[in-house]
Amino acid sequence: MTDAAARDPRLHYPDAYLREILTETKTVAAVGVSKNPIRPSHYVARYLKTKRFRVIPINPGYAGEAVLGETVFPSLAEIPADRDPIQMVDVFRNSEAAGGVVDEALEALLDRGLRTIWMQIGVINFEAAERAEKKGVRVIMNRCPKIEYQRLFGELRMGGFNTGRISSKLR
Amino acid sequence: MTEEAKSYGFDTLQLHAGAQPDPATGARQTPIYQNTAYVFRDAEHAAALFNLQELGFIYTRIGNPTVAVLQERVATLEGGVGAVACASGHAAQVMALFPLMGPGDNFVASSRLYGGSVNQFNHAFKHFGWEVRFVDTEDLDAVKAAIDDRTKALFCESIANPGGYISDLEALAAIAKGAGVPFLVDNTTATPYLCRPFEHGADIVIHSTTKYLCGNATSMGGMVVDKGTFDWSASGKFPNMTEPEASYHGLKFHETFGNLAYTFYTIAITLRDIGMCQAPMNAFQTLLGIETLSLRMDKHCENAVAVARHLENHPAVEFVSYAGLESSPYYARAQKYCPKGASSIFTFGVKGGYDACVKLVDSLELFSHLANLGDARSLIIHSASTTHRQLTPEQQTAAGAGPEVVRLSIGLETAADLIADLDQALAQAAG
Repeated sequence: MTDAAARDPRLHYPDAYLREILTETKTVAAVGVSKNPIRPSHYVARYLKTKRFRVIPINPGYAGEAVLGETVFPSLAEIPADRDPIQMVDVFRNSEAAGGVVDEALEALLDRGLRTIWMQIGVINFEAAERAEKKGVRVIMNRCPKIEYQRLFGELRMGGFNTGRISSKLR
Repeated sequence: MTEEAKSYGFDTLQLHAGAQPDPATGARQTPIYQNTAYVFRDAEHAAALFNLQELGFIYTRIGNPTVAVLQERVATLEGGVGAVACASGHAAQVMALFPLMGPGDNFVASSRLYGGSVNQFNHAFKHFGWEVRFVDTEDLDAVKAAIDDRTKALFCESIANPGGYISDLEALAAIAKGAGVPFLVDNTTATPYLCRPFEHGADIVIHSTTKYLCGNATSMGGMVVDKGTFDWSASGKFPNMTEPEASYHGLKFHETFGNLAYTFYTIAITLRDIGMCQAPMNAFQTLLGIETLSLRMDKHCENAVAVARHLENHPAVEFVSYAGLESSPYYARAQKYCPKGASSIFTFGVKGGYDACVKLVDSLELFSHLANLGDARSLIIHSASTTHRQLTPEQQTAAGAGPEVVRLSIGLETAADLIADLDQALAQAAG
């Protein structure tokens, strides 16, 4: 993240808050996920799948095809009801486009279990975040759920990364 | 770094960062995982690890639980996003530059460096097709002039070895930033307790952990820490970070790992393929040392000031070059960059030149004559006849290691005993 984003207190989230989101979320709609296996969006979606999240790929470019064993839907509104509840939308679009994704998510998924909208690293849209938070939806911006999962649940520690986790509890 | 870690003090972090109770046993002290390889849960897990999809232990050359604790400890103390340990400080210099450089590239380095680094940069790096351009970092125009399109890094030591010189980190960081190249700072002599290079514009910090971090002269080690804010994609100058990596199915490190890209590259490519890993036992010993780093550095600095003040007024001494003394031209800079102390290595000039230096070294009883620094014991070396011997006389003088100069590394003994030992040896050297 850039120095400016790193310093912005609006983009800091307590570890307990992130841990709660990643623990209670079971199904994630990944907006803008690529089918190219080396693209970051695909990489993140595949990681979440290995961690037992159900990932519903959203991408109008290849609607109807399968990515990571799941049918791709062209929009959030077109996710069939049998996938519910969808607790989280993960936004792999640029900051400007994220505004439209947030509005679509609030329109289509608010009564289908939506609890969190997560915007990837570099994706920041404060106005859209405010609209979501007014409807009671939590918003995380400029973070990657894969990296946060790895940081909070022990994996990054295995690589020698600075996890910020200080504890003398046995876990 | 998260807010939670930021709220802890240095003394707390030097004990706790990276080290939870061992999940397998509850052991409170970090266990020595003297172990080569690790069992995969299943084939899917193995594939995920080898694809860098998931992080975990595969083989100790690229990751080990004891070494990982040391890595996170140093990353946290420096305020970086990640750190990678290796076998020595020399290995760390190769490791730091490996992601940045290709054949035909160059880097600009301060001429005031440890003599071993000068040799490595000048000669060994030629085998990689890497060119070093040494400049006097007091001449900022010369630093700027040395940078061209093939320059991939600017390198200096925060407190230079053999001592007395403090690099103007912020001025050099501004030049590196203007040129779009990362600023690499060797923080070995200062340690993260005395100097925080990332707060003054450094992008990468390098350590020989063999010195003050270990602190007891038991274990070799090196470390490279990434601040995680350099934009590898801005210039197109760093293809290892931005172009498809053939050995990982075309993965692009910066795109995939964001601000962790440099650290991931160092683990996945440099450690995997160059193989300069740190031994778990060494990581354990170094962790023990770091537990008391702040306490030791305060005492090292206090002793160094006492000995340097005494020598400054000694009739057999020409000069003392220590940035912890008010008389030093770098005193103000030391106050800015290392306000808690200027570490405990410094040089002084002996009246009588080369021969008197040799006599002095041979007459000391308490000081050990050896090529190291940052030991709990006090050390002395005559750089011109040892560590800087391979350099030309001009290079020796440029590095602050002329024939009349000896270097001290002041330990944790009683200061009066160190002063008495120097007094008796200086008397013999003068006689």
